[in-house]
Amino acid sequence: MIADMKPEDIVGDYKEVTLKLYDGTSRRVLYTEIETPYPDGKLIVSTTTPEGIISHVNRAFVEMSGYSEAELIGTPHSILRHPDMPAAAFKDLWDTVAKGEKWQGFVKNLRKDGGYYWVKATVIPNIRGGELVGYTSVRRKPSPSKVDECIKLYPTLF
Amino acid sequence: MSFMFTVSPDFAPDRLSGWYIFNTWLQKQTGIAIHLEMYSHYQSLHEAIQADKIDLIYANPFDAAMLVREKGFLPLVKAEGESDEAIIAVNADNEVTDVTQLAPGIRLAFTEDPDVRLMGMIMLEPGDLDAGNIVPVLSDNYVLVAKHLLKGEADVGIFLAEAYDNLSSMIKKQLKILVRSQISVIHHSLMIGPKLQDRRAEIQQVLIDMHNCEKGNGVLTSLGFSGWQKIEDEEMEFMIDLMDTLNT
Repeated sequence: MIADMKPEDIVGDYKEVTLKLYDGTSRRVLYTEIETPYPDGKLIVSTTTPEGIISHVNRAFVEMSGYSEAELIGTPHSILRHPDMPAAAFKDLWDTVAKGEKWQGFVKNLRKDGGYYWVKATVIPNIRGGELVGYTSVRRKPSPSKVDECIKLYPTLF
Repeated sequence: MSFMFTVSPDFAPDRLSGWYIFNTWLQKQTGIAIHLEMYSHYQSLHEAIQADKIDLIYANPFDAAMLVREKGFLPLVKAEGESDEAIIAVNADNEVTDVTQLAPGIRLAFTEDPDVRLMGMIMLEPGDLDAGNIVPVLSDNYVLVAKHLLKGEADVGIFLAEAYDNLSSMIKKQLKILVRSQISVIHHSLMIGPKLQDRRAEIQQVLIDMHNCEKGNGVLTSLGFSGWQKIEDEEMEFMIDLMDTLNT
């Protein structure tokens, strides 16, 4: 269960919506139209448990998400879920990694302050001694033309 | 019985003698007979690995997955505070200031170094550039990558950041950095093969303690390192997973 977003954390005018998350829970999110550009040369890295609970984040993850490391560790990865992202994209992600395969896609992530940032994400299963122990997700700077394609495509997937 | 040690062909040329000095020091400390074999190209290195000739290797992160998962290698140490980073640069006269302004069909100069090339290609993705729409200008070393840019024989160059920083100031003045990676977790690793693994803990400790004695410190200086840092197995697995995500 992820805590609802708080108006006092939001920067700028915001809209409000209740999201139904992949694990069946709901979350009230507040979001703005303010984009944070992806930082050049950096990778945003996190690992999760097999259930999608964050177990490790790097500094770039903390900086871009706006949350502190303590707020992120132990929280479901869907804390970044933006209302403009169709559920179908995450279903595809989970279906793909559950088969032990790599997933790649363009994702609009939600920041703690209500803003957003686009990433090109790759998720792979972490196999240790033949057992699945979690997932590693690495995001890199996306191509603006690919993001434009997603901005047109994603609203059609709801 | 003699064991074989090698260093990834992307070692800095001015550190060649340092690796021979290191090998002599390591033999004295451990009493193990080790022969250092330097390969100038990845192809000959990979042939030696496939033929199970290598027992100890200072490996490029790109080769780490194959060494661990196919050849049973385990990590020992990494150079303290060192990580592999890449730079995308153009001629200083080039009007381009951002990777997104680059167009397909550019002539891209790079070396054989697989991790640097991978990081460089990732930094070019925002410009919709990939291996299929660039003209490769394969270069033997980073000085030649710079020369290709200066002579107008290439539009963009991928550099190992350390190599770029070590270029003469006169060359650097004529170049312009578009992006410098800040990945921090991709690094070369000293790794040990199956035939030597019963000595792993001992060799690891000798290396970790190396900076504590005057002689060891001198050897480290000749390699350009301040010390060795232990690599945990999980740290290596994490780096392999990370490289795997990037290699798509």
